[in-house]
Amino acid sequence: MEVSSSVSRVWARAFFETAERIVPIASATAERIQAVRVNAYYSRTHAVRGVSLGIQTNRITAIIGPSGCGKSTFLRCLNRMHELVPGARMEGEVLLDGEDIYARDIDPVMVRRRVGMVFQRANPFPTMSIYDNVAAGLRLNGVRDRRILDEVVEHSLRQAALWDEVKDILGRPGASLSGGQQQRLCIARALAVKPEVVLMDEPASALDPASTLKIEELAKTLRENLTIVLVTHNMQQAARASDFTAFMLNGELVEFGPTAEVFTRPRDQRTEDYITGRFG
Amino acid sequence: MSAIALPRTAARRRTADRVMTVLTAASVLIALAPLASVLTYVVIQGASALNWDFFTQLPKPVGETGGGMANAISGSLTLILLASCIGLPVGILGGLYLAELGNGSLGWWIRFTADVLNGVPSIVVGVFVYTLIVVPMKRFSAIAGGVALGIMMTPLVMRTTEELVRLVPTSLREASLALGIPWWITTIRVVLRTATVGILTGVMLAVARIGGETAPLLFTAFNNQFWQTRLDQPIASLTVQLYNYAIAPYDDWHRQAWAAALVLMSITLLLNIAARLIGRPRSTARGTR
Repeated sequence: MEVSSSVSRVWARAFFETAERIVPIASATAERIQAVRVNAYYSRTHAVRGVSLGIQTNRITAIIGPSGCGKSTFLRCLNRMHELVPGARMEGEVLLDGEDIYARDIDPVMVRRRVGMVFQRANPFPTMSIYDNVAAGLRLNGVRDRRILDEVVEHSLRQAALWDEVKDILGRPGASLSGGQQQRLCIARALAVKPEVVLMDEPASALDPASTLKIEELAKTLRENLTIVLVTHNMQQAARASDFTAFMLNGELVEFGPTAEVFTRPRDQRTEDYITGRFG
Repeated sequence: MSAIALPRTAARRRTADRVMTVLTAASVLIALAPLASVLTYVVIQGASALNWDFFTQLPKPVGETGGGMANAISGSLTLILLASCIGLPVGILGGLYLAELGNGSLGWWIRFTADVLNGVPSIVVGVFVYTLIVVPMKRFSAIAGGVALGIMMTPLVMRTTEELVRLVPTSLREASLALGIPWWITTIRVVLRTATVGILTGVMLAVARIGGETAPLLFTAFNNQFWQTRLDQPIASLTVQLYNYAIAPYDDWHRQAWAAALVLMSITLLLNIAARLIGRPRSTARGTR
């Protein structure tokens, strides 16, 4: 009892303060992605150990855990980015709308078009302007029609809450923006190819608090049309911005459930230790 | 004890510091002196022989004064162009292969071969092309000269390209692949495009290097006293012309050789400066990392 009250105090601090602004949705929807007994390796390192997890449509699912717990690796298994690392391999199934993305006849390029990604460090293409960065996904896939490109660029930048800041400087290099703007540019770039799912790998860890909040609010708006998986080592961020939370430790999934439950009534002692700050 | 010893140690260190500074400065001077004297000597000797005719006239027959090396200048440019036709595509694509896929044993062998080729004396390349092209064609030709220079250029361009493509951060590749862009488009439109400025610098340095080669041309392109527009005929080049004129017994030819030396040197210098200017990092605002 004593432990759980200290937990709720932490949770109250982390969660209630922002609860009015960002209300998590705990109701279940259809699962867009199902990971079934996913194991991932880097050469001999067993980074993800038998993780099974359902990612619900139009919800934000946060994956938390200490550094090196395999959360980023698991994320990269969801759009076949993991296999790009030399020596990396993966076992298990990842079903996207019920279809195994690791099946023999599935092209990873098509998977990545449906499951986009935003990285820890903003990585706009340095040789391209703001406009070209957003248009890159379409243009390099063969879309030439200027009207379509204009439309998509504006729409994506609006979605990423960046349009008003850059609408007059679309020709400037993407790298000339501030860190937070660059990250939103990368989000716009990912949105431009109209993915169904966006994976965010610690998208705010290199940003200041104001930019972080912007990204979180953005994620909340985007969930109306998108499914979002958010990897973070920042518990407050998971509490503020997510509907479901998965806690990983040493490559294993320790606990998964609605964010409010994971933070108030963790079922596992290790989850409780982590969110009360006893380690990690 | 130490309070007394300390100033002495400090004095000794100061002396050692001064001695080393003088020694390093002297080394720089010793290294630069020959270079500076060569440069000034060539400029002084070449400038007096350089005139408009040098760039517009053909060589005059022995005994007549005047004339120029217009054919050799255009010949050198032709040879560099031919060499680039081989060296650029093979070098750039090969470098791209080494950087992106060349971590296996095949990559190791290609890299090893390129490094060996880089160290092969240029005269050997000339002999090789002689047996490969000149003998079957039964004549010296611009093509043979271009191939010889191209063989020298390829490993230079390949290794530069590899190094620069390796410098492109993985995060950019991943950003592109995560957009559902196929691997080969990512490689060409994102990775190669990002490395282009650096590769261009490397290419200019490679051109400067082969532009100054004489040995591989001696029995491939040979030489020619006249205009030559056909690529299967011997062609003049500044370097071979310089060589021939310098070893000839005529004062007028010596003067022309100095002029040729000055022109060659200026071209190399300009290419190097241009490479530096292109390769200079742009002012990339803030937060690129």
